[in-house]
Amino acid sequence: MASITIRDVTKSYARSQVVHGVDLDIASGDFVVILGPSGCGKSTLLRMIAGLEEISGGTIAIDGTVVNRLEPRERGCAMVFQNYALYPHMSVAQNIGYSLKVAGVPAAERTLRIQAVARILELEPMLDRKPAALSGGQRQRVAMGRAMIREPKVFLFDEPLSNLDAKLRVQMRSEIRKLHRRLNATSVFVTHDQVEAMTLADRLVVMNGGRVEQVGTPGEIYKRPASRFVATFVGAPAMNILEGVVELDGLSLLGGSRRLTIPRVGLPVGAKVAMGIRPEAVRLVAPGSQGVLNATVDLVEELGAGRVIYVDLDGAAFSVVTSETVHPAPGETVGLKISPEDMHFFSSETGARLDVFKASVPVPAH
Amino acid sequence: MVERTPILNFITHLVLFIGFVLAVAPFVIVAIAASHNLKDVNDVPMSLLPGGDFWVNIKTAWTTANLGPKLLNSFIMAAGVAAGKVMISALTAFSIVYFRYPGRTFIFWLIFVTLMLPLEVRIVPTYAVVANVLSPYQTILDVTGLSWLIERVSGVQVALNLGLLNSYSGLILPLIATATGTFLYRQFFLTIPDELTEAARMDGAGALRFFIDILLPLSRTNMAALGTIMFLWAWNQYLWPLLVTTDQSHATAVTELKQLIPNVGGIPEWNIAMAGTLIVMLPPLIVVVAMQRWFVRGLIATEK
Repeated sequence: MASITIRDVTKSYARSQVVHGVDLDIASGDFVVILGPSGCGKSTLLRMIAGLEEISGGTIAIDGTVVNRLEPRERGCAMVFQNYALYPHMSVAQNIGYSLKVAGVPAAERTLRIQAVARILELEPMLDRKPAALSGGQRQRVAMGRAMIREPKVFLFDEPLSNLDAKLRVQMRSEIRKLHRRLNATSVFVTHDQVEAMTLADRLVVMNGGRVEQVGTPGEIYKRPASRFVATFVGAPAMNILEGVVELDGLSLLGGSRRLTIPRVGLPVGAKVAMGIRPEAVRLVAPGSQGVLNATVDLVEELGAGRVIYVDLDGAAFSVVTSETVHPAPGETVGLKISPEDMHFFSSETGARLDVFKASVPVPAH
Repeated sequence: MVERTPILNFITHLVLFIGFVLAVAPFVIVAIAASHNLKDVNDVPMSLLPGGDFWVNIKTAWTTANLGPKLLNSFIMAAGVAAGKVMISALTAFSIVYFRYPGRTFIFWLIFVTLMLPLEVRIVPTYAVVANVLSPYQTILDVTGLSWLIERVSGVQVALNLGLLNSYSGLILPLIATATGTFLYRQFFLTIPDELTEAARMDGAGALRFFIDILLPLSRTNMAALGTIMFLWAWNQYLWPLLVTTDQSHATAVTELKQLIPNVGGIPEWNIAMAGTLIVMLPPLIVVVAMQRWFVRGLIATEK
């Protein structure tokens, strides 16, 4: 178990900088998930922790020791790769035990430890098989075993589940979670899959464009996204964003003559803001009533448990998730009711969250 | 794509069959000639029905040309070239693919250039070097005036001499130094996923460890293919062994076949010459048959 301290870490290649000054503290035993779109620098950051990528600037310390100049093997990290990276010519047992062999652990002890790991991962019956004779999930478990056997201070996962089919992914997700509870080793998990991120993380780090956008528990990130990027990236379907200008008595939406009642929130009049609302927080009501936005239904997606309704709001695409037994048909006009407490405000210029006072009494609508 | 084209099928098979006949006919004629006695083999036209003297001719060829030790020499040379080539190719390709160092591209092109300079082109300088491996250094010392200086100071005359004529190293080493194998390995190493390299680094394996534990086992089929090709190539070498082995003790089977070829005015024992040819052709054939499975897999280079 170890803590990881990342201070102002940057990474540049010959022409471009891909990580811009990341600061991050990972507590001992934490399961941290780094989430971001592809190309956001999350894998690069992970590989810098592992020692596979040189650190261009700043420091990374594991357990207080700066590891910038240390070889991967000296850092006490183990890594699970996206394509498993099993040695194709070695049996499962040899794959798992290879790091011990390199470290010069005697064969007898090695066998014992391989068996112990195989028992945890339920790989015992296939220790003599070659990776080619294993299924995707089994290969994944061998890759985990290879990481576990070294009893590392830190586990690093580089999108390890992205090659599995949906069902197996869910299964491996819970297995990784269980394993973490059992070993309680500090883990850093990189993914672009937000469901994976939300379900696995003790703490979630959302990255974009080589910068950390927000760090927090999955709940915090969902409920109080720190920026417009986080708001739209986390949650599916994505949060709806409506651009508008703050007026004395509400929000005048761009691209139309609509106005929206917003809480008296202390936003300066005339400020351009983006108002965010989760599709789950919108309620469908009869059109035309007071304080309701009228919109035209474009498309209805049946999900079984509920449905996603895509509507057109003066040219802006807007989605609503509802489990109610309403069946609006495409072309029909519906009313959208948005409660003020579900609204998020972001600066139109910087995308940063605008923290507003919670209004207890909504302003009466026009 | 699966198509039903019986006429085309027939034509392709016919073409293949004609090619097969063209390729095999010379061998058949050699084998038939080797089975005739002296009179029958010189009949014009030679009878294409096998005669009964096959084993007698084989035995005569074996003893006349003293093929036993010659085959051993050939085998040592061919195996040495094959093994040396596999080793040096793997190592050079490993260096070129996995390490970043100044001059890497330059070295790569230097190796590449050797492809344009086969042994036959550089045979005179190569012979000079093999005759005295240290002669380039001697030249450097002479030209810079160092040997004069050394002689003046210590009174010792510098005359470096290390000859490799009539030795196995002289036969083998110059044949190893070409680039073909390096390219085969380079292409193979480039197909090995980076993640495998990184996994080995995470597991704590250093460069040499990675090379021995991961790369070499993975390139077994490549080794087999390259080894087989090089064995055949070295076995069939004629010019170089002829130059380097002035002494019978190191002569190879291929060069010694000439002993069996009838001289002008001598007894036209073509049956014996053909029998000797068959003997000399046999070891490469055995190697190809034995290595065939590996060999083909190495050349098509499929990942499991």
